[in-house]
Amino acid sequence: MSALMLSETVTPKRQPLMRATGVSKSYGETIGCLDVSFTLNPGEVIGIVGESGSGKSTLLNVLSAQLSPDIGTVEYDLRHKGMSDIFRLSEPDRRRLMRTDWGIVHQNPRDGLRMDVSAGGNVGERLMAIGARHYGEIRAEGLDWLAKVELNASRVDDKPRTFSGGMQQRLQIARNLVTRPRLIFMDEPTGGLDVSVQARLLDLLRGLVRELGIAAIVVTHDLAVVRLLADRLMVMRHGRVVEEGLTDQVLDDPHHPYTQLLVSSVLQV
Amino acid sequence: MNAAAEKASWDEAYNFAYLDEQTKRMIRRALLKAVAIPGYQVPFGGREMPLAYGWGTGGMQVTASVIGPSDTLKVIDQGADDTTNAVSIRRFFKRVAGIATTEATEEASVIQTRHRIPEKPLKEGQVLVYQVPQPEPLRKLEPRETETRKMHGYAEYGLMHVRLYEDISRFGHIATTYSYPVMVNGRYVMSPSPIPKFDNPKMENNQAIQLFGAGREKRIYAIPPYTSVKSLDFEDHPFEVQRWPQACALCGARDSYLDEVVLDDKGGRMFVCSDTHFCADRQEKGHRGPMAADPAAGAFARSSDTSARKEGER
Repeated sequence: MSALMLSETVTPKRQPLMRATGVSKSYGETIGCLDVSFTLNPGEVIGIVGESGSGKSTLLNVLSAQLSPDIGTVEYDLRHKGMSDIFRLSEPDRRRLMRTDWGIVHQNPRDGLRMDVSAGGNVGERLMAIGARHYGEIRAEGLDWLAKVELNASRVDDKPRTFSGGMQQRLQIARNLVTRPRLIFMDEPTGGLDVSVQARLLDLLRGLVRELGIAAIVVTHDLAVVRLLADRLMVMRHGRVVEEGLTDQVLDDPHHPYTQLLVSSVLQV
Repeated sequence: MNAAAEKASWDEAYNFAYLDEQTKRMIRRALLKAVAIPGYQVPFGGREMPLAYGWGTGGMQVTASVIGPSDTLKVIDQGADDTTNAVSIRRFFKRVAGIATTEATEEASVIQTRHRIPEKPLKEGQVLVYQVPQPEPLRKLEPRETETRKMHGYAEYGLMHVRLYEDISRFGHIATTYSYPVMVNGRYVMSPSPIPKFDNPKMENNQAIQLFGAGREKRIYAIPPYTSVKSLDFEDHPFEVQRWPQACALCGARDSYLDEVVLDDKGGRMFVCSDTHFCADRQEKGHRGPMAADPAAGAFARSSDTSARKEGER
C-alpha cells in the first residue's frame, strides 16, 4: 500500500513547470512585490497567503502574464520548446498559452465568465478557440465538464447570471479545465462564498487537481483553503516572501513573527 | 477632366460629389488599403454628411470618393429602388455630381446598397458599395475595441463560433439570418453589413469590387473581385440560406429573396421579390406570379411604379 502511494506521488521527471527568478513589480512608489523567486513542479499546488495589500494578487498577475514585471523573469516549460521566458514570447503565442495550457480562475466569476453566453457556450469557448468546429462534440464535452464540477446538465443552456455564486465559480473552473491545462492560477477561489459552499468547492478543486495532476498557484487570505489544497506555502508581507515551506510545516510551526501572528489570528470554533 | 471643362452639370455650389478633393483622396487611400487587405477594417476620418448617421453616411462617402462624371449610379434600399433612402441618396448624387442614375443593375457602374445584393449577378468593372452600421462582427461578444483589434490581428476567432453555438443551443439551428459573419480570403472575419444570409454566397468570387463604408464607426473595408468569402458554420450544422415555399406573387421567381407584404386587414398577404428591378424585369419578359392579376397586388405594384416615375421626372 505504501509502495503504491509512493509510486503515485513521485513524478518521473523532475523538470520544473514554472520558475520565477527575482520578480519585482512596483507601481511608482508603491511596491507590488519584491524579489520573489520560486520553482513550481508539475502537479504541485503552491499557496500564497498574506494580508490585503501584501502583493499576492500583483504576484499572481505577473506570474499569469497579465502584468509584466519591472525586473526578474518568469519561465514556463512550454510543450514544444522547454523552459522559456513567458515575457519574451510573442503576444499571440502568449495568448495561446494562456487559453490552452493555463487556466485562470478569478475571484469574481464575472471577470472569468461571459455572463450573456450560456453555460455550455462558456465551457465550449476555449475548445472553439483552439479550432473545434463540431457542435455535437463541443456540447458533449461541455456537458461532461458540467457533470465533473457537479452542475446539473439541465442548466447547460442557462446564462451564468441565473446561477448562484458557488455555481458560477464551479462553471468558471469547468471553463478553464476543458482544454486540460497543466497549470491553473486561482485568485481567492472561495472568496464571497458561504462556508458550506466553500467546503464543497474546495473538495471539488482538490479532487480535480489531484485527479488530473494539474499544478496550481492559489492566492488566498484564508489559511483553511491552503491547508486543504496546497502542498507548499509562501507567506507574503509588504511585497516580500517572508516564509516558505511545506504547508503543514509552515502552519504548524511558523517561524517568522508575521506568520505566527497570521496563524494565531485564525478563529478556532 | 472634360466634364469639368464643359459647363458643370451639377449644382456648382458644391464640389463634384459633395466632398472636397482632399477628403476624397484620404478615403481613396483607405479604400486602396482595404482592397489590399481583404476584410481588414481600415479606420478613416469620416466626415459629416448632410443626413443622419444610420442613413448611409459611410456608403455615401465611399460612393462620393469612387464616382466620376461618366459613372451611372444605382441606389437600393432593402432591394428596392423606390424607398425613401434610395430615392434621396440617388437625388443627392444627381444634384452634387450631375451623374446619370438608373434602376437597372446591369447598366449601373456604381451601386450603393443597403441590406441587399442585387439578384442579377454583377460583372467585372462594377462597384458595389455597402452601407454598414456596425463593422465589427465581434462587437456583441467583446465590447473592448483594443481587444477586438488584437483578436483580428492574431486571427483569434473562436469567439465568433460561440455566437453560432449560442444560436444552435437556443433554437436548434443557426438562427442568425442577417449580418452573418464571413471569413474573407481565409484570414479576416468580416461582418457583411446587415444583408440577409441569403446573399452571403453571392459575395464569394464575385466579379465586382465590394466596398463597405461605416460612417458612424469610421471604418472602411473591402472585398476585391474573385476573393474567397466563406460563411462560418459548424461541421454538423453547415451554412444554409433561407428558402420560401412560395414563388414571388408578381413575377413567379423561385430563386430570389422574398419580402412578405400585408395587403389588407383580413389576413391577405403576398410574398414578392425584394429586388424590385429584378421583379419588374421578369414581369416585362412575360413571367407572371400567382397574384399578378390580383387588384390588391396590382395596386402595390402600381404604387411603386408611380413613385419611380415621379423620381425619374425630377
